[in-house]
Amino acid sequence: MLTYIIRRLLLAIPTLLLISLVIFFLVDLAPGSPASEIPLTVPAEVRAKILESMGVNDPVYVRYLLWLKQFVWVEPMNLIDHWFGTTFAEGQQRIISYQTRGPVFDIIVQRIPQTMTVIGTAYIVGVLIAIPIGIYSAYRQYSWFDQAGTFVAMVGFSVPTFFTGVLLIVIFAVKLQWFPSIYDTTLKITDWASFMKQVKQMVMPVTVLALFNAATLSRYMRSSMLENLGQDYVRTARAKGMSERTVVLKHVLRNSLIPVVTVIALGIPSIFGGAIITEQVFKVNGLGAALIGAIHANDLPTVQTLAFIFAVLIVTFNLIADVLYGLLDPRIRYA
Amino acid sequence: MKLRSALLGAAAFTALASAAWAERGADGHVNVLYWQAPSILNPYLSSGTKDVEASSLILEGMAGFNEKGEVFPRLAESVPTVDNGGVSADLTQITWKLKPGLLWSDGTPVTSADAAFTYEYCKHPEGGCAQAARFEGIKSIETPDDLTVVITFDGPKPNPYQAFVGGTSPIIQKAQFANCLGAAASTCTDQNFGPIGTGPFRVTEFKTNDTVSLEANPNYRDAAKPAFATMTIKGGGDAEAAARAVMETGEFDYAWNTQINPDMQAQMIAAGKGTLLNGFGTLVERIEMNMTDPSPDLPEGERSTTKHPHPFLTDIRVRKALSMAIDRQVLVDVGYGNAGRPTCNLVPAPELYASDNTECLTQDMEGAKALLDEAGWTDSDGDGIRDKDGKKLSILYQTSTNPVRQDFQALIKGWWNEVGVEVELKNIDASVYFGGDAGSPDTFQKFYADVEMYANNFDGTDPEPYLAQYLCDKIPGPDNQWQGENINRFCDPAYDALVKELATTADMAKRGEIAKKLNDMLTKDSYTVVALVDRGRLSAASNTLGGVVLNTWDTELWNAQDWFRVK
Amino acid sequence: MRDAAGTQAKPVRMERPRSQWRDVWDQFKTHKGALVGMTVLALLVAFVVIGPFLWHEEQLTTTEKILMKNKPASFRFPMGTDHLGRDYFYRMMQGGRVSIAVGFVAMTISILIGTTIGTLAGFFKRLDGPLMRLTDLFLSLPLLPLLLVMVMLFRDALARVFGPELGTFVLIVIAIGVTSWMQSARIVRGEVLALKEREFVLAARSVGTPNRRLILRHVLPNVVSPVMVAATLNIAEAIITESALSFLGLGFPPDFPTWGRLLYDGLSYMQQYPERVMWPGLAISLTVLAVNYIGDGLRDALDPRIRGR
Repeated sequence: MLTYIIRRLLLAIPTLLLISLVIFFLVDLAPGSPASEIPLTVPAEVRAKILESMGVNDPVYVRYLLWLKQFVWVEPMNLIDHWFGTTFAEGQQRIISYQTRGPVFDIIVQRIPQTMTVIGTAYIVGVLIAIPIGIYSAYRQYSWFDQAGTFVAMVGFSVPTFFTGVLLIVIFAVKLQWFPSIYDTTLKITDWASFMKQVKQMVMPVTVLALFNAATLSRYMRSSMLENLGQDYVRTARAKGMSERTVVLKHVLRNSLIPVVTVIALGIPSIFGGAIITEQVFKVNGLGAALIGAIHANDLPTVQTLAFIFAVLIVTFNLIADVLYGLLDPRIRYA
Repeated sequence: MKLRSALLGAAAFTALASAAWAERGADGHVNVLYWQAPSILNPYLSSGTKDVEASSLILEGMAGFNEKGEVFPRLAESVPTVDNGGVSADLTQITWKLKPGLLWSDGTPVTSADAAFTYEYCKHPEGGCAQAARFEGIKSIETPDDLTVVITFDGPKPNPYQAFVGGTSPIIQKAQFANCLGAAASTCTDQNFGPIGTGPFRVTEFKTNDTVSLEANPNYRDAAKPAFATMTIKGGGDAEAAARAVMETGEFDYAWNTQINPDMQAQMIAAGKGTLLNGFGTLVERIEMNMTDPSPDLPEGERSTTKHPHPFLTDIRVRKALSMAIDRQVLVDVGYGNAGRPTCNLVPAPELYASDNTECLTQDMEGAKALLDEAGWTDSDGDGIRDKDGKKLSILYQTSTNPVRQDFQALIKGWWNEVGVEVELKNIDASVYFGGDAGSPDTFQKFYADVEMYANNFDGTDPEPYLAQYLCDKIPGPDNQWQGENINRFCDPAYDALVKELATTADMAKRGEIAKKLNDMLTKDSYTVVALVDRGRLSAASNTLGGVVLNTWDTELWNAQDWFRVK
Repeated sequence: MRDAAGTQAKPVRMERPRSQWRDVWDQFKTHKGALVGMTVLALLVAFVVIGPFLWHEEQLTTTEKILMKNKPASFRFPMGTDHLGRDYFYRMMQGGRVSIAVGFVAMTISILIGTTIGTLAGFFKRLDGPLMRLTDLFLSLPLLPLLLVMVMLFRDALARVFGPELGTFVLIVIAIGVTSWMQSARIVRGEVLALKEREFVLAARSVGTPNRRLILRHVLPNVVSPVMVAATLNIAEAIITESALSFLGLGFPPDFPTWGRLLYDGLSYMQQYPERVMWPGLAISLTVLAVNYIGDGLRDALDPRIRGR
């Protein structure tokens, strides 16, 4: 197992390099230019000057190498400086966003808290809802509970979050006025009142996302349980006179969780990526909103950096998922 | 109309009320929503409206424009004119005098050196200054004493209120930006995110593309203002959500640019928590006719270039017929409601420059059909589409993605179909369409379509540079990386000559006359530009917020120092 | 299914072993949910395919239509009219054609790619590394720029080969298919890794079953269940992604309705005319629900343990 992990880690380096290359050139190749953000009233010569000052006109390989250097060397050094007060990265050019003219990593640091609280909570809530529903639905297949669960899950993922989000706002923010429709990122939790405020502003985005996540996950959980409930070892266990509870919750559940755990692990990078639409609908302004905003503004350095961080997370969590898989299921052997 | 009278009422109330409670910071907190969030607070590095407007709370110029488009003094003692001797008789020099005793928000005095530095900052060739056009034609800026700024122009400048006037060219502090000249401009993140200014507010925290937190500037020149102690500008979401937050949930006091459909406007007003403010500027939604052939059969590099004239749009009768078939009032009712009005002009305002051209306002389907018949386009094979010499009258009509524009496309396609013109619609994501990327076939400059629709306006009150966009030498093409502004590929020597004349005319009445003539040459005389709707601004203000006056000539937050809480 | 038809043609003698596919069909028939799903799906398909032949949009001029805007449901307009006076019932039928077609074709492409890559990666250890890294690559590509690039590179080429409308369709389904197979590939691979070590696969291997047969007969039928889940998820996703694409100007022309687009456009009118979001939302949900039940039925029918019961 250990050699497997080490080999995978070593293999991750060329993989990530390749991914970074593909991402960089793909984003660069995409039609559109940061000039779309400049109003039409600005004359063409000024427009050209602005683009030049951003460094848009340098050859793409030069920009790639510079960006790579900044990403793997300057930015980590900067972080070390920030933590320990050293001056390794002093005077080194950081990755600068076209849109804000500020370092991309500063924006990311600013945005992580709200993304993690809102999307992270939604994910956990989603998992906590999905697993029991999936288990019970499978155990009582075709019962009214299962049918209702199926119906809700299907509606849950066939109705997009841009719709459920606005629906919740209309009901709970406009009509009932229970929750705010706009997320306040400057809110600091200092006492009970501000904590309640935070909870209130999280309720709607978390509900929307958690429902969506739970809808998907509960389907996988249910199907995995069904698969295992029909296995011979269940019959054997029952025949041995084990209590139904032990059979279902110990034997079947443990085996059914294997594929579900990987699905869960694979979904974690998407927490960091934020939920683009939900963040927009509730004005959470997390990483997802940053990414989509940067794409619309053709802010190439921000898109490239965010996409690459994402790639790193995906590769990491895929590795974790594989390792978990091997640990949970002794039949699988990685040599 | 009810809305307008309500507005006037509110404005009158404002004047009375602000006199009554005059104490800085007495009214607590105000929440402002910009659904496009500010990215930076330095208007010299971003010309985006959201950025310019947010920074206008902090940074100010010598003067600004009021809601009528008149220049009024901000940091200057008075507005220099030829009459008061501030502008030289030959229009080559303007002298600004700062109010004495002005302080930056950090407590240091404001001097003429700051203004001179601002010029130096924006003129630096490597800085990529977004407002360079505001400093165009300046020969030198001198500072004979701490309070006097003398600007000398290259030649006579009929409109000298460019540099240091309005939210787009404020004065920045020399001490703060001294190390940010040229290429260093974008490394000065702290400065760009937290400029020191003279405006009513100063920044306490800036989260880019998310939230700006502000507090009253302790050194603001009027000791009684602003009435609000703190302000938050929040960004994100869309226009509908922004309008909702002010008009229906009441979470916010003011929302910028809440462009929503008329049905929704009515619903929001009915909620009774706020008003929708509207005002008209110079923004005109128009259809541009392509005078060159965009056919995909032509080799790349020759499509939509002057090498190949358009097969049928070069015929004025076809263009005119297309314009006649459009009912502009219906477009307004569907898309803009109170925030739009039908127009036939490219320059709809100010009054001095606006032509009295109204003939396009009535739809004339029969006239359009007759005109097309006359031009030789008849439906000879009975398929409902006119043709001539075996070629069908078929049009590709493109625009950017935007619900109102797609509604317009659907309606106009309907009318054009009814006069026998086949229409194919295409919509393109705005970031590509307006991106001007020479590698993309979908930019509005490349114009690989027969007609296209977008909106454009001009900065300030002088249309000269705007009208000069239609010169023959500004036609985009492969040789200039498609960067010209003459989108229609319109070319008329008489027009070019008249633009030259405008550039040297100083007499205002005469300027107005020429501008009107230029406008007519593009619109009613040639139908090169088919104006559709004069688009106003639409912003939402809560009933509890007083003192708001919508200004379409400068930033919307131009009088935030006068805002107060209605109690 | 062809086998089933073949055996049906001859009179079946009782002692003759029944064909496997016939068994599957018999089992499928007993699955109530699956039958309901089939019926609903058939009705939806009939609604969008045959509907426009039976129900014609009234021929009104643009100006006449505008006078008819925002009308409630009536005999003349069974679902009312939209804000431009267009018959919403007719638009739902038109929109459904594209949405259902895009949903199914894109889902098929995505499942085919996903299952193939997942199976190969899980089954052949040599391929596992490269194929899974490829999956990582696709997972980490930013979707929007990828689509923009694909459209820029291939739109005109495809339009030339297939004509503008079919070209757009091909581009959209491929774009959606190519960007949504990764989840199913990961899941299938995981299942295959586990299946590979199961007794029946080992047994089959030990009697010298060639790999191809091993995969087709023993491995694939056992991954149907998670694949079915992924398929239903993919259909819903494809219908919504299609609307996002046309919203970005990458899909069909703007006056071409699809369910996703109608849903999106209806959002602005949600408070005044809730039916405009309800109808397309309902249609998408019904399609997905139907496919899900059919998937359930199919899975039970393919499982010999259940079939035997």
